[in-house]
Amino acid sequence: MNTSDETTLLERFKSRISAGEKIEPKDWMPERYRKQLIRMISQHAHSEVVGMLPEGNWITRAPSLRRKISLLAKVQDEAGHGMYLYSAAETLGVDRRELIEQLLSGQAKYSHIFNYPTLNWADIGVIGWFVDGAAIVNQTMLAKCSYGPYSRANLRICKEENFHKRQGYEIVATMAAGTTEQREMVQDAVNRWWWPSLMMFGPSDNESPNSAELLRWKVKLHSNDELRQRFVDLTVPQAQAVNITLPDSELRYDKKTQHWNFGKINWEEFWNVVKGNGPCNRERMAARQKADNDGAWVREAAVAYTMKQRMNR
Amino acid sequence: MATKDMFGEGELWEVFIQKETGAPHEHAGSIHAADSELALQNARDVFARRGEVVSLWVVPANCITASSPDDSGPFFDPADDKIYRHPQFYHVPKAVKGM
Repeated sequence: MNTSDETTLLERFKSRISAGEKIEPKDWMPERYRKQLIRMISQHAHSEVVGMLPEGNWITRAPSLRRKISLLAKVQDEAGHGMYLYSAAETLGVDRRELIEQLLSGQAKYSHIFNYPTLNWADIGVIGWFVDGAAIVNQTMLAKCSYGPYSRANLRICKEENFHKRQGYEIVATMAAGTTEQREMVQDAVNRWWWPSLMMFGPSDNESPNSAELLRWKVKLHSNDELRQRFVDLTVPQAQAVNITLPDSELRYDKKTQHWNFGKINWEEFWNVVKGNGPCNRERMAARQKADNDGAWVREAAVAYTMKQRMNR
Repeated sequence: MATKDMFGEGELWEVFIQKETGAPHEHAGSIHAADSELALQNARDVFARRGEVVSLWVVPANCITASSPDDSGPFFDPADDKIYRHPQFYHVPKAVKGM
């Protein structure tokens, strides 16, 4: 293709984006758009899959049958969400296996939040409330993004994820209304998860190399800081309603802007976890590698069976 | 079979779901599976976890032929100048009802 063709296509692509049209898999798109989407969608898919580990840790120790079936269903959903997203990524011309290999080799990233440990049952409540709450804020935006298959996958995810947040908040509210020990336990979990949850939206926009391009292409519709602010504004009243204190002495309501101001985020901690030095990075990777190895024979057997059926036909 | 099957991921299948009887089957996404039986089971586990689906179709992705967006202008334009296929093209006296 010569340069003038490419320029025409790019102009047409840009005008479709600004008209709010969705881009579909077979449409022409700039290579950078395709690459950025593959990176984003696969990271999102990996996060759903790795995200099953911290919570799966508590399925067998859930305090009641009601809590256990909810948690089991939630963790199953996360697996399903991973599949929706791998499926969306594959429409861009990559193979799912290739993406999984990138996760297993450590080349691909997943959300840093899943490298923190779940120390007790209160963590399960707080994860549903904070981590799923933050994810919903992000995914509600992504459901409106310019790439059709990614937008549709997020729409499906958002519909299912509301239950995740509510089941978490129910655990928190129950413990917050319980004995002194239970209250202390849930407050401790809030203290540990609050700041890492704020980091989930990524670095501030002036420090985020990808933000401007993604916003221009409407892959993202709001900046990292805007989404973080939305999450804080939503969460503060929810904490107040159950007498939970968020661990930030600078948290103040600004009547003028109608937003909650909050303190400085420790980005050094964030980058340290992203680089592989969080409390559970090695454990998470080892668990994924083991799951892939342990499941290999099942996948191989399924393929061998199909081959045999075809030969007998 | 394709090389990716050596890793046991299976073929790619497109999934269509019907949300209630009488409604059309709509494309929902895709899954990997070694054969049609497993494809149906995987599609159920991925796309029908909440009882909102009454029927599923799975189709090997490589069996679908799609129109190409590059040709969508010339491909669809035979329909563009046939306004006489729409009821609004025809004049009917104002007093006439039920037309």
